[in-house]
Amino acid sequence: MDLDIISNSPEETIELGRKIGSQLKGGEVVAVCGALSSGKTHLIKGIAAGAGAKDSRQVNSPTFVIVNEYTGRVDIYHIDAYRLNSIGEFEMIGFDDFCYPRSVVLIEWADKIESALRAIDYIRIELFHSGQTQRDIHIKNTPDYMAL
Amino acid sequence: MQTKSNSINILGIETSCDETAAAVVANGRTVKSSVIASQTKLHEKYGGVVPEIASRAHIEKIYPVITEAIEQADISKDGIDAIAVANQPGLTVALMVGVTAAKTLALAWDKPLIAINHLHAHLQSAMLATQNLQLPTPLEVPTKSLSARQGDLLLTGPAVALIVSGGHTCLYDCQSPLKLKLLGSTIDDAAGEAFDKVAAILKLPYPGGPAIEETAKKGNPNAIKFPRSMLGPDSLDFSFSGIKTAVLYYCRGQDMKGEDKVDSMSGQQIADIAASFQAAVIDVLVKKTKLAAERIGAKTVLLGGGVAANNQLRTALQQMCDSTAPPKKLLIAPKQYCTDNAVMVASLAYYKFKAKLFADLTLEPKAQSE
Repeated sequence: MDLDIISNSPEETIELGRKIGSQLKGGEVVAVCGALSSGKTHLIKGIAAGAGAKDSRQVNSPTFVIVNEYTGRVDIYHIDAYRLNSIGEFEMIGFDDFCYPRSVVLIEWADKIESALRAIDYIRIELFHSGQTQRDIHIKNTPDYMAL
Repeated sequence: MQTKSNSINILGIETSCDETAAAVVANGRTVKSSVIASQTKLHEKYGGVVPEIASRAHIEKIYPVITEAIEQADISKDGIDAIAVANQPGLTVALMVGVTAAKTLALAWDKPLIAINHLHAHLQSAMLATQNLQLPTPLEVPTKSLSARQGDLLLTGPAVALIVSGGHTCLYDCQSPLKLKLLGSTIDDAAGEAFDKVAAILKLPYPGGPAIEETAKKGNPNAIKFPRSMLGPDSLDFSFSGIKTAVLYYCRGQDMKGEDKVDSMSGQQIADIAASFQAAVIDVLVKKTKLAAERIGAKTVLLGGGVAANNQLRTALQQMCDSTAPPKKLLIAPKQYCTDNAVMVASLAYYKFKAKLFADLTLEPKAQSE
């Protein structure tokens, strides 16, 4: 299912993420797109918390380290493609190894590597600036078991 | 230089992110060699840290880098007492290269293996400022503070340590090289990442840290009042994503609907933004470090990590340390040991060697710090 949601604050964006994360079963890939400061890390903070990450304060931007790993109900891989320049690079960081039934893979700046996901049934979330703290959030291809 | 028979020589290996590095350090403080296969030129060409290149370069460079470190140290494998490697935190595929090399050498040469936390090693860089008399240090260290016995930690009382880099921003309660307690860290962007992303907004070259610092020299740090995110009066955590947004909005309008004004800005306007941004980040770093120092009663402050190379930060922390009663001692990592290197790995490993804290050959890389 596709839906559009308006968030009025970073807190609301985190809360939306939490709702999504709490309904993830494992085996999902979530591609998060959007410009600088559109709230990608906040959304993923919420998703990770919803998926049971023990300390969501530890959910921070992996721009430099490329991949953060958290333990929750499922194993959580938080990838940041900001500094990746090709699909080959994305594959080199071990993407295939991160995908298994008891893991969820959350990808920031996913538009940079989106063609690598072509064969995968992934949830796509794009955030748009629509006001100082307001964001339009477009969610595509949510699974049947997810109600938002 | 001849190796004294009683000295402990450790080969350190570092591959956690961008750099492939190896070093030989005696007794945790005498640097016999330090080799860093800097990939900065490659990265600049491709606009950032490029893992494919980084990962390949780690594999291609690890053997020549280790060989070079051993040759420069003028030491044989018999003179090496242990192999140390940073196995966490970092990019798993990158850490794996160093860990595999270290395990292979430990097995082939029958040497003990020592696992090192990369972040804890950055603190050790700051301690090197006083421990190694041969190191050039930007700080004037009173001679009497160097008179402690060989191998002893030269800290006065409890110490608070600030590690600030592209990937990390953390405060530690540092009781000894091996006794560290995390007091706070970033909940979103690291300070160095904010420097890089703001440099990108201002269309300054990569790497962003030095570019912002250079540009800021001509700017007025009070020109724009960017927000200082403190996360509440008692928090020792950091948040630098809000200031990145504030700079973005300043350049693009509050709802991102406006024109990108950067191209039409004067050099002075860009410099004012860079200086005001830098001042805001440093303000937060210094205030949080001061708060942490007060909380644990620290008499010493340690500073390490890539952003520790920033002269404004060094000066501001020195002023903070001088202004408290009694003044605190500030130990800053020598500039060549602020960014990732293997000296800090081999240096910290000395304390683990003395404490007989060895890893076995099942050692694995870990993405997150334990």
